[in-house]
Amino acid sequence: MKNKPILAGALAIAAAGMIGCGEKQAGVDPKLYTDSLFAVMKADRTNYTKLIIQRLGPNGVNTIKPDEHWQDIDNGAPLPAQMFRAGAERVADMTDEFTYSLQSIWPVNKQNAPKTEMEKQGLQYVADNPGENFYGSEELGGVTYYTAVYPDVAVSEACISCHNEHKDSPKTDFKMGDVMGGVVIRVPLK
Amino acid sequence: MKKYVWLAWLLITAGIAGFYGFKMFIDPDKQSLLVGEPTWGHHQIEMACTACHSEAFGGKDTLQNACINCHGAELEAAQDSHPRKKFTDPRNADRLDVLDARYCITCHIEHQQEHTRIMGVTLPDDYCYHCHQDISEERPSHQDLEFNSCASAGCHNYHDNRALYEDFLAANAMGEWLKNIREIPLPQAAAVGTASLDIQRFPRFSDKQQLHSQQHGEWLASSHAQAGVSCGACHSNDDGDWLDKPKLAQCETCHDKEAEGFLAGKHGMRLAQGLEAITPAEAKLPMKPLSRDTQHSCVACHSAHDFDTQRAAVAACLNCHDDTHSLAFEQSPHGKLAARAAAGELPPEQAVTCATCHMPRRPISAKVDAVLGVEHNQNMHLRPNEKMIRPICMQCHSLGFAIDALADKKLIDKNFAGRPAKHVPSIDWAVKREQTP
Repeated sequence: MKNKPILAGALAIAAAGMIGCGEKQAGVDPKLYTDSLFAVMKADRTNYTKLIIQRLGPNGVNTIKPDEHWQDIDNGAPLPAQMFRAGAERVADMTDEFTYSLQSIWPVNKQNAPKTEMEKQGLQYVADNPGENFYGSEELGGVTYYTAVYPDVAVSEACISCHNEHKDSPKTDFKMGDVMGGVVIRVPLK
Repeated sequence: MKKYVWLAWLLITAGIAGFYGFKMFIDPDKQSLLVGEPTWGHHQIEMACTACHSEAFGGKDTLQNACINCHGAELEAAQDSHPRKKFTDPRNADRLDVLDARYCITCHIEHQQEHTRIMGVTLPDDYCYHCHQDISEERPSHQDLEFNSCASAGCHNYHDNRALYEDFLAANAMGEWLKNIREIPLPQAAAVGTASLDIQRFPRFSDKQQLHSQQHGEWLASSHAQAGVSCGACHSNDDGDWLDKPKLAQCETCHDKEAEGFLAGKHGMRLAQGLEAITPAEAKLPMKPLSRDTQHSCVACHSAHDFDTQRAAVAACLNCHDDTHSLAFEQSPHGKLAARAAAGELPPEQAVTCATCHMPRRPISAKVDAVLGVEHNQNMHLRPNEKMIRPICMQCHSLGFAIDALADKKLIDKNFAGRPAKHVPSIDWAVKREQTP
């Protein structure tokens, strides 16, 4: 795990939320917070892939059609990555206490390439260090964010074949277990 | 002397504050508060200030809520390519500094008619540049294209790209410009809706039938008579008393979906805001002088008693609309099909009327076996006109023909009598890219 000591100290203070009279207000460590969010996201995504797409899709009983353009076809179902993004957008409708996105240094849609310096660093770090997460902080639009990046690993043959064969994919040699991108979670530090 | 100046200043200030306070919070006539000409989209409801300004000092979030209240469902149905939620992630903070795409009013500023262009856009036309300036890196075909042509050349829309995205273009690249004339099923939503109504509960008013024999005769030939919907179903109020002039509330009893669309579109949007119905005299499009003062309502198009939907689908439109596209309809290929169907030479399902394209039949829900209703919100399939391609044009025409035809202003003026003189290369580029290893 990569942690920056200075940042970790700052975050601990931010998380503890020092208030008047020297009293400390109970708070959640941002790392624990984003790790927990990621656990839920990963669990839901895995479940959607296994319990819905693999069971009901072409590799199962073939009653739904997972497809990039799922809204345009009968019985179309969003791909797991699209379902994940749909969740992120729905969350954005409900709260601004945290945001998350799925990004890659080899994105099919160029808008999903890392954009901020922290994203670029984080995505490169999780690609170079399989199994590790990346944590940091950055200022965007005058607000400081705790930014965590988690590796997005190829867990199904469908992920690999779709990306390797997609005309917009800049990388065509993904293998099972490869880091294909990362989940970026941001929490504003108030 | 000095104290009189102060007194005068105080009185004038109090007078101005009192006047505007009265206008803002008490007087229903808000004309003097208007800060500029409204856009064509909203001119009908300029006096329904609270439709947008629901709070006197509401900021842009208040306005955003108002935009979404009226346009949100349509944007969702259009699978909006640039929804607000795409921009709320902090990673877009630098973009929002340049163009705050979270708010409709960034691009659509109201009360600035002099700066408003097509689609109510008040930004310079090259707005795509701000986020897509490096597009030629992934699309070499776009190398020499001007950024003010992205949305004006028939290639892209900011919101609705259902018929324009690359994979759809490539998948529908082939096909004859005109397929067989399709038989478009007739709507049956009203019939299905009334089937569950207890029509016996309406008073019959037999005495009125005898007094109004002509109207009764017209009614006898109507679909209302076939469904057993008698005089009292429309001509009675909630207490069961006779009502001389039924209004939208009575029609809504059975035709709620149609009423919903009507109130959302240009024909009924004033009624939706509690204002008097629009008349052609107040319209921005050319209208026939003789119909100038006809207030819009259900019976303005459907006529009371006979409720002839064939007339409502063509003659009622041409009764008011006086623009070149409308005037060319009857001599156009579409108009001739409508005339042949009206004469009984073709089945009614093959008629291509004004309503076939502008108030199309569509399933009233997402269910597989949903019944067909008529979309009475004319704006749902009007502007930008590429909204018509998939649900309407492609029922009979190829995608390529539809894109080219809708990009040809002169052909639109002729109501599609002829072939497109313009060619939009988007399909060619999509196919070429598909074939490039």
